[in-house]
Amino acid sequence: MALREALPGVLDGAALRADFPVFDRPMRSGKPVAYLDSASSSQKPRAVIEAVADTYGHHYANVHRGIYELSVDADARYEGARTALALFIGAPSPRELIFVRNATEAINLVAYSWGRTNLGPGDLILSTEMEHHANLVPWQQLAAATGATLEYVRITDDGRLDLDDLRSRLARGPKLVAFSQVSNALGTINPVAEITRMAHEAGAVVLLDAAQSVPHMPVDIAALGVDFLALSGHKMLGPSGIGALWGRRELLDAMPPFMTGGSMITRVTLEGTEWNEVPWKFEAGTPAIAEAAGLGAAVVYLEALGMVNVRAHERFLFERAWAALGEIDGIRRLGPSDPAEHAGLISFVLEGVHPHDMATVFDGQGVAVRAGHHCAQPVMLRYDLPATTRASFYVYNDLDDINRLVDAIRATQTLFGKA
Amino acid sequence: MDNLYRDFILEHYRNPHNQGVLDPHDLQFADSNPTCGDEMSMTLRLDEGKERVTEVAFDGRGCAISQASASILTDELPGKTVQELRDLDPRGVVENLGVPIGPARLKCALLSYKVLQGAVMGSEARWPEEADVLIDAYEGGTSP
Repeated sequence: MALREALPGVLDGAALRADFPVFDRPMRSGKPVAYLDSASSSQKPRAVIEAVADTYGHHYANVHRGIYELSVDADARYEGARTALALFIGAPSPRELIFVRNATEAINLVAYSWGRTNLGPGDLILSTEMEHHANLVPWQQLAAATGATLEYVRITDDGRLDLDDLRSRLARGPKLVAFSQVSNALGTINPVAEITRMAHEAGAVVLLDAAQSVPHMPVDIAALGVDFLALSGHKMLGPSGIGALWGRRELLDAMPPFMTGGSMITRVTLEGTEWNEVPWKFEAGTPAIAEAAGLGAAVVYLEALGMVNVRAHERFLFERAWAALGEIDGIRRLGPSDPAEHAGLISFVLEGVHPHDMATVFDGQGVAVRAGHHCAQPVMLRYDLPATTRASFYVYNDLDDINRLVDAIRATQTLFGKA
Repeated sequence: MDNLYRDFILEHYRNPHNQGVLDPHDLQFADSNPTCGDEMSMTLRLDEGKERVTEVAFDGRGCAISQASASILTDELPGKTVQELRDLDPRGVVENLGVPIGPARLKCALLSYKVLQGAVMGSEARWPEEADVLIDAYEGGTSP
């Protein structure tokens, strides 16, 4: 493809689809799926599926316990995945990386453990109007439990965080600022390093919801300067049921455990217990061992592609899709138009057609998109929309998927009659 | 999936029957579809004995399936007793749409039913068991 050769970094999505068994399967339409819902959950390459199967098939035993060869094998895979993921996100040490089920659990861990220890009546928690419910509901619960106040940084009409509003709220000295690097509902890429610097100057601890960024762009914790970072494995080609929380060592050391039980202890008597060191202090019970191995394989796969290239690829697809949708009458696109500030997803509405109906018509053509509130109902309220349709891109997408998206929109317009 | 959007459905979507809010009313309820957040309200007037429905209206915005379902359902309500509304079979509501409803859109098809149940039963109203409704909706070999 000549176009691709002219654009260094843009991946060959069609060739990469050969790595993903799902694209071997014809959908009802007879064609393979045009999968445009990776922001919800990504498809899995063979390397990840095989890493999970091989762990269960040939290297499985419980971790951190056995003296025998299989357990040592399982340990190596589990801890190896931790090290690979820590390096992938620029964590200073794998000891600061806690395996959890997903970003939601990571944020809840901080809310319960750090939050209930460090916050009290009158303290201020700052989140934003842009957040996924996972980075919003836990803070509502924390505020209710501790008597702390929760406020939200406003978003502008074009979907950016209002930094003037942030500044004025920071002046009141919040204890915590929790925000996302990329909005799952709008696609906005937030200026994390700048916000973090401002928040630190105000004396706040910073939690970054990186569920939508780590899979799609280079993320370097050391450069961003945040204090906590939450991510999900299933959005970055890895299995479901495995995700991670990274936290600064001194913060993690001072935090009480979130869940208690086996494996997170060093010594238990009937009178009391001494906690294990981090990260194991936060990993009670048998963890998702094979899933961690699968996530490790996903990291290897993404590193081979190069995250700079993944970002360039998605930016290219975003620019093409943004322009193509802009040419269709009755389409309203949400979020910033500057591709430097917009991740590889487009949230849009079509006049006269509900997003659910659009997604159903798309489905008939094998085009998979998300329609709904994207677990970000305050964002929908902010723009006075019941729902939007969202097309999100990943490594296995290419221009053909965008053409199919545009065709599906045209078919929807024909069916419903032009608005 | 295009056969979900037969002219019949689209006609109800474009020109819904019984849309609006009755004021005053005897019964009222509002609810939302948990999968998309669409909201719908329903108001009903009863006869002097407060036994039978005389008028009904629904309000809210939503997809073609939820709007057509509400339009079709509300057409059938005048003359029915409150007890008959409580006993209404959700499978009938889905069948009356006359198009194949798959699991992904079942809540859209049943939102009006759920709101009506709320109006006659209050907060005790529950979403019907999806499996029961779907098994019947699929009978006859109609595949969505």
